[in-house]
Amino acid sequence: MRKRTEPFAFVRDTAMRWDIVAIVVVLGVVVFLAEASRGLLEPLAKLSVAPLSLDLVHLPEYAARTTLRMFAALALSLLFTLSYATWAAKSERAGKLLVPILDVLQSVPILGFISITIVFFMSLAPGRVLGAEFVTIFAIFTSQAWNMAFSFYQSLRTVPTELIEAAESFQLSPWMRFWKLEVPFGLPSLVWNMMMSMSGGWFFVVASESFSIGHTTVSLPGVGSYIALAIQQRNLTAIAWAIVTMFVVILAYDQLLFRPLIAWVDRFRVEQDPAVRTPQSWALTMLHRSRLIGALTNAFYALVRWTSRRTTASVSKVQRATQTLGVRRDWPWIALVVIALILGLWHVVYVLIASTTLNEAMQVSGLALLTMLRVFVLIALASIFWVPIGVWVGMRPNVAQVVQPIAQFLAAFPANLLFPIAVYGIVTWRLHADIWLSPLMILGTQWYILFNVIAGASAIPSELRYAADNFGVRGWLWWRRVALPGVFPFFVTGAITASGGAWNAAIVAELANWGDTKVKAHGLGAYIAEATAAGDFHRIALGIATMSLFVVTINRYFWRPMYYFAERKYRLT
Amino acid sequence: MTDAPLLDVTAVRKSFPKPDGAELLVLDGVNLRLAEGQIVGLLGRSGSGKSTLLRLIAGLAQPSAGTLSYLGQSIDGPAAGIAMVFQSFALFPWLTVFENVALGLEAQRMKKEEIRRRSLAAIDLIGLDGFESAYPRELSGGMRQRVGFARALVVHPNILLMDEPFSALDVLTAETLRTDFLDLWSEGQMPIKGVMLVTHNIEEAVLMCDRILVFGSNPGRILSEVSVTLPQPRSRLDPNFREMVERIYVEMTARPVGGTVSARHENFPGLGIGSVLPRVSSNILSGLMEAVIAPPFHGNADLPKIAHDLQMEIDELFPAAETLQMMRFAELEGGDLKLTDVGLAFAKAGLDERKKIFSRQLLNYVPLAAHIRRVLDERATHIARKSRFIDELEDHMGEADAEQTLRAIVSLARYAEAFAYDDESATFSLENPT
Repeated sequence: MRKRTEPFAFVRDTAMRWDIVAIVVVLGVVVFLAEASRGLLEPLAKLSVAPLSLDLVHLPEYAARTTLRMFAALALSLLFTLSYATWAAKSERAGKLLVPILDVLQSVPILGFISITIVFFMSLAPGRVLGAEFVTIFAIFTSQAWNMAFSFYQSLRTVPTELIEAAESFQLSPWMRFWKLEVPFGLPSLVWNMMMSMSGGWFFVVASESFSIGHTTVSLPGVGSYIALAIQQRNLTAIAWAIVTMFVVILAYDQLLFRPLIAWVDRFRVEQDPAVRTPQSWALTMLHRSRLIGALTNAFYALVRWTSRRTTASVSKVQRATQTLGVRRDWPWIALVVIALILGLWHVVYVLIASTTLNEAMQVSGLALLTMLRVFVLIALASIFWVPIGVWVGMRPNVAQVVQPIAQFLAAFPANLLFPIAVYGIVTWRLHADIWLSPLMILGTQWYILFNVIAGASAIPSELRYAADNFGVRGWLWWRRVALPGVFPFFVTGAITASGGAWNAAIVAELANWGDTKVKAHGLGAYIAEATAAGDFHRIALGIATMSLFVVTINRYFWRPMYYFAERKYRLT
Repeated sequence: MTDAPLLDVTAVRKSFPKPDGAELLVLDGVNLRLAEGQIVGLLGRSGSGKSTLLRLIAGLAQPSAGTLSYLGQSIDGPAAGIAMVFQSFALFPWLTVFENVALGLEAQRMKKEEIRRRSLAAIDLIGLDGFESAYPRELSGGMRQRVGFARALVVHPNILLMDEPFSALDVLTAETLRTDFLDLWSEGQMPIKGVMLVTHNIEEAVLMCDRILVFGSNPGRILSEVSVTLPQPRSRLDPNFREMVERIYVEMTARPVGGTVSARHENFPGLGIGSVLPRVSSNILSGLMEAVIAPPFHGNADLPKIAHDLQMEIDELFPAAETLQMMRFAELEGGDLKLTDVGLAFAKAGLDERKKIFSRQLLNYVPLAAHIRRVLDERATHIARKSRFIDELEDHMGEADAEQTLRAIVSLARYAEAFAYDDESATFSLENPT
């Protein structure tokens, strides 16, 4: 049984060729969208949005709107998770392609995505704010959905056999089985991933509320746009207020939504060990007393029961029939995959690669290498700094109890709100942008390293620590033989998340504005950001494709082997 | 009423496809009937296909050949009149005791009041009063399995299937639960008409069953059938009871006669490279030999006695005893474990001498160990990859068995210092770490 939910999940068992199909298909769609957007941009200029104001009075309303967008995206992600992951888990042949696609999508830089989806969503609601809302919500959705879907897919694949057999032998219908067995089983890790998604989402909602592409600028009322306006007007006080507001909002969502959810979801854990400390939440206790939750869950179960009555009894015979059918070669399906592959290849090869000069390709690769260098150096620096602190904290339960929620809170806090302050510093003291913009990339994601290491250190059995003490293992030997191996699997999990986040953050961190002053570091993130500002879809697609390839490759050949190595060699449970 | 038996299993065969397309036979030529009012035990070791048979009866899997019918109706999916109790309880941790029990009735789309009435009645019957709103995690193992029973009984099944229902419980709790179950059964308080019990505990089978079907492995099949006519309640101290237990031990250790029993004789221990080997620690092997040489056995131990003395279930005792037999340390016959001269020498020797003897027996009598050693000797580098041997083994057995067999060999070879294995690089070699 997994004792710990992994914030970052890998595909374990799909063949390499399906990975390649997935990469080609995803990149093909990216290029296709980018190409389709060309020249369609002009109608966007007509869009008019009520002007924003830096007046403090508006901040609560802006915060509320931002939060609302977050939850809309979260609902969308949930819907996506329940359908996509279920499809991938239940259908052998679909899963072969769907799972690698999910894996590749995780690696596509989300912020680059916004620009190429704009045209599509704006055309859904021409000239109206609604289209822009779609764009933002979709951007947040793409930052939330993949890891949630992944976690649910993995839960569906690991439901204990005996529970499945019990459900089958009591003749639960597939619909009932889904709600009574599969969803509850997947809930703990799904909720954990929702929390991680929300944390990441705040970053993107701030970055995507205000976007300008070509000559079009859209600013939806929200905290992100407020910050953008404050940057434009070089208003440090407004920025400070926005930060305070966001602080309050995230604190409220953490205390009122996620703490209760995590405490509530604890009952869905399959490991039935009463000795484990159960999470507490004052809000949940209150809700229980108010009977609100009780009424809600009752209503929900009544709904499940009602819908179960309406669905057919046991479809197991039908299922069996289709299963044997699936073993046979299924030509329409294969044809579909081949067509998708050819279309994807055509877009990637003819539209993107053919129109890219060698010079340009070299330049983009060079920039990607620069960004890669930055990410690795930053991860290394953050690790050197946070691992010892994390171990120290994790070994002291009393300290960990205080520090752990703070680290998780900081991970949720959108670090890009702090960028203007840093940029202000760089501009004022004329610091070197290539160096001093870099730390911003890891500002928000370094906390994943910290709180994973804390979790790892507190998971080291106290007997092992007593044994080390007893044999006089101290100093560097203690770090080498006890602490570092003990936290290693957790550290890798944190570092993977931090690395993925840093790549994404590069798009907003490598290019920053302070009023009219532009500060730029050389890297792929700045390249994509500039291309977006210029509305150059060819360069956007090229930049995104390159970044995706880099991230996929690094995950595949660096993080994934390291993750398995850590799981195999250093897992304590 | 119909004349059809409660359950009729005829010529059932079950095989699973192996990765290379061949078939792995787990159950062959199984015939059995369950008449009303009977408890039938399926007794055998792990891998003898008894749990597979139970799943076929439950409709959770389909046979490759043969027929299963329940009240004359062919079983082609979970049937309403057949309920199952699971080894690890299989309770839904997010449902309360009441909700767990009510689940099967909800699936039948029963009225809410009816569900409530019947669930409470079942909870009451099985002695769970007062626990209705508890979650499984709050309960002890014994109470959890009571929920498992209540959940099965509430659907008023004709046949109750039990898959080692007491094996996850401690001795005392298991005994209480067994007694309670037998009391309810003999008083006719339960709605069930027949019971099938899978177990690897011989005493449990003799204690509970009217008929015991002894299962053999490779492929799983019924070796013999034993009727237990002792009156209930039965006592473990009753000489007749002891005799019955002894008789079953003899049945289970009977050697196949001259290869006529099965054409697949290469699967019997010690007879070929394709034997599936159980994972037995060398500590257990030497411990068992020491126990056999010590009083009161003096080199020849009665299996039921030594099983009782060492508190070993047959799932542990038989693999260890058979490994000893395979390595010619002991002979296993007629329910007795008798040390050979080599076994006696081993038990008396010191550590270094023991390792020498062990290594000699391993390389002489375990073909796979000899094979690995030969390959390593022949190669100039004295290194061979694990995958090479896994591939060879998978010609004879399934993936999991191949892995287990190789692990077993590694463990024995490490003790014997016959060759070394490095898990990191998954390679065998001749050099031992310095």
